Amino acid sequence: MAAAGPVQLLRAAAASSRRWLFSASPAAGTWPGCGSAAAAVRAARPFSLSARAVLSSEDKITVHFINRDGDKLTAKGKPGDSLLDVVVSNNLDIDGFGACEGTLACSTCHLIFEDHIFEKLDAITDEEMDMLDLAYGLTETSRLGCQICLKKSMDNMTVRVPEAVADVRQSVDMSKNS
Amino acid sequence: MLGWGQPLSPLTSSLCLPLPGFRRWLCSAAAAPRVCVVGSGPAGFYTAQHILKHHGGAQVDIYEKLPVPFGLVRFGVAPDHPEVKNVINTFTQTARSGRCAYHGNVTIGRDVTVAELQQAYHAVVLSYGAEDNRVLGIPGENLSGVHSARAFVGWYNGLPENQDLNPDLSCETALILGHGNVALDIARILLSPLQLLRKTDITDGSLAALACSKVKRVWLVGRRGPLQVAFTIKELREMINLPGARPVLNPADFTGLEDAVKDAPRPRKRLTELMIKTALEKPLEKPLETVSPREWGLKFQRSPQEVLPTADGSRARGVRMALTRLEGSGDSAKAIPTGDMEELECGLVVSSIGYRSLPLDPAVPFDTQRGIIPNSSGRVEGVPGLYCSGWVKRGPTGVIITTMNDSFDTAQSVLEDLQGGVLDVSTSREGFGAMESILRSRGVRPVSFSDWEKIDAAEVARGKAAGKPREKIVDLQEMLRIIGPQPLLSDLCKWLLLVPL
Repeated sequence: MAAAGPVQLLRAAAASSRRWLFSASPAAGTWPGCGSAAAAVRAARPFSLSARAVLSSEDKITVHFINRDGDKLTAKGKPGDSLLDVVVSNNLDIDGFGACEGTLACSTCHLIFEDHIFEKLDAITDEEMDMLDLAYGLTETSRLGCQICLKKSMDNMTVRVPEAVADVRQSVDMSKNS
Repeated sequence: MLGWGQPLSPLTSSLCLPLPGFRRWLCSAAAAPRVCVVGSGPAGFYTAQHILKHHGGAQVDIYEKLPVPFGLVRFGVAPDHPEVKNVINTFTQTARSGRCAYHGNVTIGRDVTVAELQQAYHAVVLSYGAEDNRVLGIPGENLSGVHSARAFVGWYNGLPENQDLNPDLSCETALILGHGNVALDIARILLSPLQLLRKTDITDGSLAALACSKVKRVWLVGRRGPLQVAFTIKELREMINLPGARPVLNPADFTGLEDAVKDAPRPRKRLTELMIKTALEKPLEKPLETVSPREWGLKFQRSPQEVLPTADGSRARGVRMALTRLEGSGDSAKAIPTGDMEELECGLVVSSIGYRSLPLDPAVPFDTQRGIIPNSSGRVEGVPGLYCSGWVKRGPTGVIITTMNDSFDTAQSVLEDLQGGVLDVSTSREGFGAMESILRSRGVRPVSFSDWEKIDAAEVARGKAAGKPREKIVDLQEMLRIIGPQPLLSDLCKWLLLVPL
């Protein structure tokens, strides 16, 4: 799978974030997580941390997210980061994004790409297609953010968060006899 | 964003963004809106999360019948799908927020009435899901060897009420009635190599039973055809790729379907194409097949008429099916019996024809026909201040993202009603303070989120010894023992008196 690396890392990050959650004192904050989430991601990837240290800001890639309400969120990531990494480490406020934490078990990190970027993305796996089938507001240029890794050529690209609208899947009945 | 972190800064910085009126409200009103959510499954937690995130002053209490939280994420999601359970990380952050409290071991409708909740809270959201299942309504349904999918899933997932299910797995053929994801989950659990299940949080008891299982063939039977299956492609692909088990699909069932789905929506098209490809694929492509004789298959256009008893009448030996033809097409196609019958031999029957919500309390309207609380965008019809989300709102279907969107929708209704003055927040409500004394007087011992964390730690520790993510505690009394005695008010007073000394 093209993005096996980042997925593994995210799993590790999720695990360490969990450990952190349960060891933290409740008094540490009413809602723990934000800054520490990024810290957990970083802690889980010591090698990229050292790489990060030598990266200048020019090596970073800027991504603009058009949120559901039309707001533009701009964040930076480094080559190899997934778009889910970018959202998590920059604490971008996108409702419900990345529910399964990058393990290809949901479609909440669904993003819509510009044509010229979409065409150059790495090939899509069957497993990603399967989850995209369950995404809301699917388009011709839809992908899952957890599967897209940043490249220099993506600098300044704009991705759109689809609106949470009902589509054909609402009629899919998981539990009823067919 | 849902994954890890988020909460604090968006809670404080963007709390007024979606509904600007709140800023004014926050400055002028004294009472914090108190919201209560009934049920701690995904619907309950996603509703709470959205309200907390978009209203910086709201206090949300989540009530749960069981001591342990997370509903179907813990008791429904298959043990070999740990990725889906990652949503628990976010739910945990919500529960640990200073404006959210979890109260387990409280049964609404028994320990406390909905009317009492409405007295104590400005808004009450019912997210209690679907705790019952639809029944076949055919002779023999109650024979030994026949189980509901709900009970079977509850059994291997450690739901306390299903721990005595004791399914007889000494037969070679199991028949699952239904073509949904739950049916595929059960087929997969029955046929998975034991070494795969050992690494999951499946209960010790069910693992031991599966280790002795003689089941080597599973049929999934549906009344309608391949174009009406309700499972999703991820689960089908997983089943097709299951090590050591061979899919048996009859190519004749798929004749002409390639053309039929050419213009179908993408999910239906890809799902059907995967079935066709699997049906036409030459066998023996997977080397493991020669090693393991396990197999599974889909049978279509068969409607169960009777579960047939063994000669001594003690248990199930098969199911008599009426063959059907389809009238109409697509989702609305109806299965009409042709008059022909067929008997399928099997020793285990699992009926996976759907979950069903139950009415909670006479004070809450309920549509028995549709099995839901009648509502509009989550506002319960005719009862201001009462809301619903999740399966009890829209019926027992859909994947996690469906419930998430649906819960955000209900939360938005609550937020709008808070802003628009539909909910009167000028008088303060006591919230759990009022409930606590009621519960105490009725001898109910509520379980807090930190209590749950003790159970969680115990489960993880037990699992570690066995190389599993956790070993679920399946006994309610044992859960309560781990938490320890409830701190008594008198103890607290003593402690407070001692401190200055």
